[in-house]
Amino acid sequence: MADFLFYIFAFFTVACAVGVVANRNAVNGAMCLMLCLMGVAGLFVLLDAYLLAALLVLVYAGAVVALFLFIVMLLDMQGGVKRPFKKVTAVASLASLGLMLVGVSMLGSRGHLATLPSPAAAAAPVGAVLKNYAELLFTTYLLPVQVIGFLLLIAMLGVIVLSKKFEGMEDIK
Amino acid sequence: MTAGLNDYLILSGLLFALGFFGVLLRKNTLAIFMCLELMLVASTLALVAFSRFNGTLDGDVFVFFILTVAAAEVAVGLAIIVALFRRRQTVQVEELNALKN
Repeated sequence: MADFLFYIFAFFTVACAVGVVANRNAVNGAMCLMLCLMGVAGLFVLLDAYLLAALLVLVYAGAVVALFLFIVMLLDMQGGVKRPFKKVTAVASLASLGLMLVGVSMLGSRGHLATLPSPAAAAAPVGAVLKNYAELLFTTYLLPVQVIGFLLLIAMLGVIVLSKKFEGMEDIK
Repeated sequence: MTAGLNDYLILSGLLFALGFFGVLLRKNTLAIFMCLELMLVASTLALVAFSRFNGTLDGDVFVFFILTVAAAEVAVGLAIIVALFRRRQTVQVEELNALKN
């Protein structure tokens, strides 16, 4: 059953990722990104990381995609000419995609990761218990938590400074 | 749970490759930014899979931090894009050539 769900979520996620890349309309792209994140959240649930799945839906599919949609509608980029892709850009990106796909298929056919010492059935799902997160976050990772909080404060101040209009800066083009 | 670590890693690599493809191909700054987010999520999927299959929690906590940093990063990045649009009236990367030559 879990196997079946994995393939459903994997197909759903990849299809929506293709939608993000291929959609010319930015609003549709943002919607595809949201669906893709929901698929990844489903995969997190299959991996017994329930807290992370909830956080992914709340923070990413909620806040971040809403912010993207807000900016897309604010900038209103639907008009304008649609120029075709440059040949060198298309060739380079297709070549990089091909190389990465070759790497991924090498991982599938020749990777030795399937022989890891602890298969899934043996390892206890430590990520399923919320108490474990709390213990780690308040002991081992206490300093990173503080640093992240400070980083959020800095980001907030930075966004305020960036979106403020300064007088006498219009000459920089 | 029969889908092994390899399956999750292949899916993660596939998502990362698609995101990278989009970053190189697209010309709209917002679309490029969305593809960057896709790459970030692909890497978190690999971290969670490793963490689950090794029976540790460190990868999960790391993903927790990545989510927080990504939220801050998206806010700052979109503010930069909005400031850029106010100054140049475009978000197409081909027209943002002030540093060329």
